[in-house]
Amino acid sequence: MVSVPLSRAFVVADPERCVGCGLCELVCSWEKEGVFNPLKSRIRIVRIKDIVNLSLTCRTCEDPPCVAACPRDALTQSEQTGLIMVDEDKCNGCGWCIEACPFGAITLHPEKRVVIVCDTCLDRREKGLPPACVEWCPEEALELTTKDVLAQKARISATMKLFIEAGKVIPI
Amino acid sequence: MRKVKGYAGRILRVDLSTGAIKTEPLTEEVAKKYIGGIGLGMYLWVKNSEPGVDPFSPENPLICATGPLSGTFAPTGGNGHAFVARSPESYAIGEAKAHGFFGAEMKRAGYDAIIIEGKAERPTYIWIDDDTVQLMNAEHLWGKTPVETEEAIRKELGDYYIRVACIGPAGERLVRVAGIMNDRSRWAGRCGLGAVMGSKNLKAIAVRGTKDVEVAHPEELEEFVKVLKERAMGPASTKYRTYGTLMNFVAYTKLQTIPTHNFGRTYVEGMEKWSDYINERFVVRIIGCYSCPMRCHHVCVVPEGPYKGATARLEYEPTWALSANCGVNRLDATVRAIELCDHYGLDGISTGVIISFVMDCYEHGYLTKEDLDGIEARFGNHEAMLELVRKIGERDGIGDILAEGVKRAAEILAEKKGIPEIKNLACHFKGVEMTGYDIRSLKTAALGYMVSFRGACHNRHGAYGPDIAGKVDRFKAEKGRGKVVADIEDLYTLIDSFMVCKFSRRIYVEEGGFGDFAKLYTYVTGIKVTAEDMRTTGARINVLARVINVREGFSRKDDYPYWKAMNVPVPEDGPAKGCVLTKEECDLLLDDYYAVRGYNKDGIPLPETLKKLGLDEFIPIVEARLKG
Repeated sequence: MVSVPLSRAFVVADPERCVGCGLCELVCSWEKEGVFNPLKSRIRIVRIKDIVNLSLTCRTCEDPPCVAACPRDALTQSEQTGLIMVDEDKCNGCGWCIEACPFGAITLHPEKRVVIVCDTCLDRREKGLPPACVEWCPEEALELTTKDVLAQKARISATMKLFIEAGKVIPI
Repeated sequence: MRKVKGYAGRILRVDLSTGAIKTEPLTEEVAKKYIGGIGLGMYLWVKNSEPGVDPFSPENPLICATGPLSGTFAPTGGNGHAFVARSPESYAIGEAKAHGFFGAEMKRAGYDAIIIEGKAERPTYIWIDDDTVQLMNAEHLWGKTPVETEEAIRKELGDYYIRVACIGPAGERLVRVAGIMNDRSRWAGRCGLGAVMGSKNLKAIAVRGTKDVEVAHPEELEEFVKVLKERAMGPASTKYRTYGTLMNFVAYTKLQTIPTHNFGRTYVEGMEKWSDYINERFVVRIIGCYSCPMRCHHVCVVPEGPYKGATARLEYEPTWALSANCGVNRLDATVRAIELCDHYGLDGISTGVIISFVMDCYEHGYLTKEDLDGIEARFGNHEAMLELVRKIGERDGIGDILAEGVKRAAEILAEKKGIPEIKNLACHFKGVEMTGYDIRSLKTAALGYMVSFRGACHNRHGAYGPDIAGKVDRFKAEKGRGKVVADIEDLYTLIDSFMVCKFSRRIYVEEGGFGDFAKLYTYVTGIKVTAEDMRTTGARINVLARVINVREGFSRKDDYPYWKAMNVPVPEDGPAKGCVLTKEECDLLLDDYYAVRGYNKDGIPLPETLKKLGLDEFIPIVEARLKG
């Protein structure tokens, strides 16, 4: 059994901070395609009744349902990065993976008619830059993180909450 | 024809009478001269209408226009749109803008502007799906609130990302203060354009766009947008991201620049604490429009009491109109009142001013309980306020008269009751209800309001700015204010043509802001323009609006303030005590402004002024008036 590499990073939005402005969508299509078009963005926003806002993109699932769903083996997951890679020659845009993804993180490219998925701006990361959406998010709601770090944060905030609620003074 | 980058390059023309749907190219010349938004909208309106057209006739085209930045990531520029038509309130040119998501979607569908002509036989909505444009039956949507309409359209067309601009029941009933809503809670509220839409039997415009928006100079734009974004997240917009415009209550109460009790007084008990109170008690979330790095949209929910659960976006103006100006200091009722305005599709500012007028008449004994269907319309009676909102929205009882707007309602009631003094209590410019600044002690702002082409509006000139900041003596009318007002007007008009948000105005700094707009325009469109070109363009669009109003019979006589500003001095102790606006002051201010603008004494633009601004084609309009 191979353990999950800690370097597997993906972009998450903090629901407390995200206000649904959609700048990430425009920046993503700008970075990836040189045009402004949310349909060509790998990250998408959802706003429900004004106050519920969240930006969603690929979470690099372990045993990803999109890969399993693809009848043409066009999708594979990189063992090293966890990212979903699309073989554009094999993909025929059937949309099984779109349906299978529980987060709506896969989109059909409107012109190429193959699916697109977030690659965390791997080329930028190799140059030491954050993903474009993370760099531009005005609320700093977007973050490139790993599941290990998410778990650490959750533990810390749970502990803090417990002690604050118990009325304990925390010397920080 | 070469398509100019940034723009979609097309104008959509929809004739609701015949069902004809056409597209026309947007020429480079028109794009450059009028930019987009209200500039392009007003140009298209004047070219597509006859003089004297009735606002509710099928021949009054309703224009919807985006700007060159729509759909890009320029701060706030991606998300706005403007509506233009002859206003059923002022009978002058009417324009109203809103931001949100609609404008960017319209651009992606491939249109810079939509010209809506004629009148549909039955309730209809326009469904724009990129190049496919259809007229859809809206009979089942008639009577629905704007939010219900938006949800129903998305559901029946089966697409969550559809953006909708629509009217509520008030627009359907031709209430003259009805607005047009988009994206659930954003309003193109002023000038009664929702009623124009209603007069066309047009319930909504639904749009889905999937096309790319391209720009001419990507690298330069990206670098510059990064700079603007930093500014937008800095001190230039702190007010909007924190307190919001509600900050005005704490900032302006002591200055006595907030009118209360139908523009008679300047204080309501506790008013100076409202900025904090509202933010602490009601605000549950601050959200933003599309691609905007600021956030201003304060979503408020009433946590308890009789109005528990009432939800609305609170901004200073409607909040003021439906609280202080009605003498009301129960802000939970104000949230409910604004929610009701959203429900019916009413302009909250105008509705509040109509109600404060009724209360003023009641306190003076001009109107009685019997006249008002049993409502005791005392100042401060929040239940009366809410009932009157409902009556206006439904044109029920007295509401049928009030729905005509404060000017007409006052004329009708004065005639009906045989009390001409009733007309003195109607506070408006050119028939459009006054907004929340007390011009008795803001003399530069007073001029701005007087010459605003769309009637009472603080957003046409922002001239309360120099008054309040102390850049000029706000208590004094003097020569030089004409230039102060004209300069800000030029910038503000440009802002409304680029369709960026006024809340972002302080992020444009170079050469009075014009330099930064020149850069944005050049990078996005590839058409090289200078700061001076931008300044001239701002002036051109302002003067064009004046020319349109001249065509419709307006002149100096229509530029004077409402009676109360000129006859009721500020009563309370404080810096503004005793302030009033005199006829002499108004004349001095108007003369100064007309001279700066190149108008004659009667406020008619001179032919050489038009020539200088490249408005030659409109010279016959002013010549006809100058001869007559």
